[in-house]
Amino acid sequence: MYRYVIKRLLMLIPIIIGVSFLIYFIMDLAPGDIISQMAAEATEDQIQALRHQYGYDRSVFYRYALYMKNLARGDLGTSFLTNKPVWDMYRERLPATLKLALGAMIVSILISIPLGILSAVRSGTIWDNIGMVFALLGLSMPNFWLGLLLIILFSLKLGWLPSGGDTGFLSIILPAITIGTGHTAIMTRTTRSSMIDVIHQDYLRTARAKGVPEKYVIRKHAFKNALIPIITIIGTQLSVSLGGAVLTETVFAWPGVGRLIIDSVNQRDVPTVTGGIIMTTILISIMLLIVDLLYAYVDPRIKAQYLRKEKG
Amino acid sequence: MNDQEVVLDIRNLTVHYVLENETVEAVNDLSLQVAKGKTLGLVGETGAGKTTTALAILKLVPDPPGVIKGGSIKVGDKDILGLTKQQMEKIRGKDVSMIFQDPMTSLNPVFTVGEQIAESVLLHEHVSKTEAYEKARELLEMVGIPKFRASEYPHQFSGGMKQRVVIAIALACNPKFLIADEPTTALDVTIQAQVLELMKQLKEKYGTAMILITHDLGIVAEICDDVAVMYAGRIVEKGTLEEVFNRTCHPYTEGLFNSLPNIHRRHEDLVPIPGLMPDPTALPKGCSFAPRCSYVSAACLESQPDPREVSPTHTVRCKAYDTPGFRIMRGQHG
Amino acid sequence: MKQKILASRRYRKRSRFAEVWHRLIKNKGAVAGLFIIAMLALVAISVKYILDYDTQVIAQHISERLQKPSIHHLMGTDNFGRDIFFRLLYGARFSLSVGIVAVGIALTIGTTLGALAGYYGGATGEIIMRATDIFAAVPNLLMAIVIVTALGANTINLMIAVGVASVPQFVRVTRAAVLTVRTQEYVEAARAIGRNELAIIFFHILPNCLSPIIVMVTLRIASAIIAASSLSFLGIGVPPPTPEWGSMLSEGRRFLRGYSYITMFPGLAIMITVLAFNMVGDGLRDALDPKLKK
Repeated sequence: MYRYVIKRLLMLIPIIIGVSFLIYFIMDLAPGDIISQMAAEATEDQIQALRHQYGYDRSVFYRYALYMKNLARGDLGTSFLTNKPVWDMYRERLPATLKLALGAMIVSILISIPLGILSAVRSGTIWDNIGMVFALLGLSMPNFWLGLLLIILFSLKLGWLPSGGDTGFLSIILPAITIGTGHTAIMTRTTRSSMIDVIHQDYLRTARAKGVPEKYVIRKHAFKNALIPIITIIGTQLSVSLGGAVLTETVFAWPGVGRLIIDSVNQRDVPTVTGGIIMTTILISIMLLIVDLLYAYVDPRIKAQYLRKEKG
Repeated sequence: MNDQEVVLDIRNLTVHYVLENETVEAVNDLSLQVAKGKTLGLVGETGAGKTTTALAILKLVPDPPGVIKGGSIKVGDKDILGLTKQQMEKIRGKDVSMIFQDPMTSLNPVFTVGEQIAESVLLHEHVSKTEAYEKARELLEMVGIPKFRASEYPHQFSGGMKQRVVIAIALACNPKFLIADEPTTALDVTIQAQVLELMKQLKEKYGTAMILITHDLGIVAEICDDVAVMYAGRIVEKGTLEEVFNRTCHPYTEGLFNSLPNIHRRHEDLVPIPGLMPDPTALPKGCSFAPRCSYVSAACLESQPDPREVSPTHTVRCKAYDTPGFRIMRGQHG
Repeated sequence: MKQKILASRRYRKRSRFAEVWHRLIKNKGAVAGLFIIAMLALVAISVKYILDYDTQVIAQHISERLQKPSIHHLMGTDNFGRDIFFRLLYGARFSLSVGIVAVGIALTIGTTLGALAGYYGGATGEIIMRATDIFAAVPNLLMAIVIVTALGANTINLMIAVGVASVPQFVRVTRAAVLTVRTQEYVEAARAIGRNELAIIFFHILPNCLSPIIVMVTLRIASAIIAASSLSFLGIGVPPPTPEWGSMLSEGRRFLRGYSYITMFPGLAIMITVLAFNMVGDGLRDALDPKLKK
C-alpha cells in the first residue's frame, strides 16, 4: 500500500508542473510591462539588465523554466508591492485561511451527516421535504451575500459578533457560517441520496434477519457503505472552499491567502497572484490525494483495486 | 404431525400489500406446521406468496405496503405477532434464522466474513469478542471454508462460498429452525448439489427444523420430509413427501409434476400448465386454480375450497373431492 | 435500410422527450423554476426596450441618492441616485447572458473534447484527459480570476473566463457518457452501413449522451451566474457603472449600516435566479433517470 501512496505522490508532480505552467502562461499575457513596474526609478541600463535577469528578452518558455527552477527551491518570486518574497507572504497568511476552511468543514460534517441520514430514513415525509428545500436554498445563496446579511444582522443590528478581522474565537463564527452553509447544504443532500441508495440493499435485510437492532442496521451496516460519495464530496467541497475563500475573506476582511490573492490582483502585483494561485492549487491537489487514499480505508474493494494497481 | 414437538405453527395467516390503487393479496388463509428436526418444502411458482410467508414469520415484511391482516404465528411457544420490536430482534438469528436467495448481495461488502458471522454470535450470546470471532472461524470450517479466510471480504469469495458463509451466519446460534428461501436458485448446478449436501449434513447434526422454499421439485425430493404446495397465496396441498409425490391429490400439483421433462420420454411434448397465475390484486372468488384446471366444475367457481383431510397427514383444497371416488390420474404407482 | 434506421431513432426520441417532459412537470419545484426562468428571460429580452439605459440605469441623480424603497423607487436608490429596481431588471439581462454564453462556450469546447476523448481513447484520449485534470486542479473561481486578470475586466472577458473555467466538467461528463454509449449495438450498426467516424460521433453517439449533459448545462448556468457575480463583487468582473448584480452588492457594502436594502435586493435576485436553475436541474436529473426512485 505504501508503494501505491508514493506512486500517487509522484504523479502529483506532472500536475504541479502542468498547473504552474498553465497559470504562469496565462498571467504572462497580462498587459503591462512588469519590469518598468518593478523598477520605476531605474535607469534604462538597469531596466535592460533586469529584463535580462528575469528573462524578458527571451521566450515565455525560458521565463517559465526560470520560474520553475526557483519554485523547486521554494522561491516564488518577490512581490511588486511589498518587496517581500511571495512564499513568505503566503505562508504568513495560510494559517488564517486553513483555520477558517477546516473549522467550517468540521462543523458542516457534524451537522450534515446526521441530518442526511435522518432525511434518508424518513425519506418522502414532510421533514425530509422541508430539509431538502432548505438545502436547496443554502446552496443557491451566493455566499458573499450571506456573509453580508449575517453582518447586517449580527454585527450591526444586534452587535453580538465582530464584522471583520481575525480577532479571536467570536470573529471566526460569522465567516465560518458563511462558508459552512454551502457545505452543509451540499453534504446533507449527498449523504441523503447515498444513504437512500444503500437502504434498499439486500445485505441490510440479512442484518435484520440476524436480529441486528434497527438503529445499528442504519448506523453501522448502511452508513459505512454510503461513505464513499460522502468522502468524495468532502474533498470537492474543501477545494471549493479554498478557492472561494477569496469571497468570504473579502467580506470579513479576514487576513488569509484568499484576500492576499485578490488584493494582489487589484494592485497588479503579478508575482503574488501567480504564486498564490499555484500554491493554493498544489495544496488542493494534496488534499484530494489524501481523500483518494481514504477511500481504501473505507471500502475494501477499492483497497484491493489500489493494491492490484500497485503490482501491475 | 401432532405428536412431535411443533416448532412452527402458522394458522390462517393473511398478508396483503396495500398499494395506492390496489391491494396485492399475497398470502391468504395459510396454515402449516413444522415439527422439530423436520424439513418442510414450500413449493410454488414465482409470485405464489412463499417469500412473503417466510418474511412474515420473522416479521420482516416491508411495512409500508405490507400488512399482516390476520392469523397467528407461533415459534415454539412464542406468539410472533404479539411481540415487540425488541423481542423480535432477540428471536431473529437465535430462535429462527433465514437465508435468502441471492448470495451475491446478501453479505455486507465492507465487513469481513468473520466479522459478519461473529456479529450474530455477539448479538445473542454473552461471550467476548475474541470468543465470538473464534466461534466464527469454527463455523466457517464447518461449512467447508478454511478458517484463515475469516479475515477476507465477501468480494473475495465465489457465489457458492458466499452462500456457505450465509449458512454459517444463519446457524451461528443454533436456531430451532431455519427458513431457506430458494438458497440454491442463484447457483450453478454443481454448486447447488454441494450446498444442498451441506444443508443436509447440518440438519442431521443439529436437528434444526427447516422450511425450504423452492420451485424445484428435484430439490424437494432430495432433502424434504414434508411438502406444502402453494398457489396464489394459499396452500392447496400438503402432506409427507411420499404422499404428495406418490399419491398426488391436487390438480395443480399434478400439473407441476407433469410439466417436468422426463429423460426417459424424450420424444414426447412437454406438458405445461395452460394459462397464467391469477393477478394477486384481483383474485377470483372461486378456486384460484379453476381457470387452468382440467377437472373444473361449476362448484369450483363459486367459492374457495376448504381444506379436506385425505389422511391424517395429507390435506388438499379441492372441490373435486366432494365427489366421492374422485382420483387424479398421476401418481398411482404405489 | 439507412432511412429505416434513422426513422426509428427519431421516433424513439420524440416519444422519449414527451415522456421526460411529463415526468418533469410532475416536479413542482422544477415547474416553479421554469416559470421563474421564463419570467427572467422575458425581463432580460424586453428591458432594453422598456428602460432607457443611459438615463434610467447608469445616469447619476445625486439629488435622489440613498432613498429608501418607496412608490417612486420600488427598491430605493443607491448612493449615486440610481434606481435600484431598474438596475436590477437590467442586471437580469447581464446575468442571464453571461451565464448562457459562458456555458455555451464550455459546452461547445467541453463536449467536443470529451466526445473525442471518449470515442477515440488511446493517446488522444489520454492527452485530453490529462490536460483536463490539470485545468480542473485549479479551483473554478481562481481559474476565472487568472483569466480575467490576464485579459482585462470587461463583460466579454468575463464570459470567456467563466466559460473556460467550466470546460473540465463538460469534458468529463461527455467522456463518461460516450464511453458507455459507444459499446452499444447501434453504433456497430451505423459503422456497418459505412457512416464516417465523425458523423457517427455527432449523429449517433452524442444524441444518446444528452441526459447528463443537459443536467450539467442547467446546473452550470447556475454556477456561472454565481461565478460572474462573484467576480464583479470582487471588482474584477464587469466594469462600473454596469448594473451587474454582483457589483451592485459590492457597492452596497459601504452602506450596510442603515441602507441594507442596497445589498438585499441584488443578492435576492441572484439567489432566486440560481435557485430556479438548480430546481430545474434537479428536476431534469430525476426526470431523465431511468431507475426512478420512489
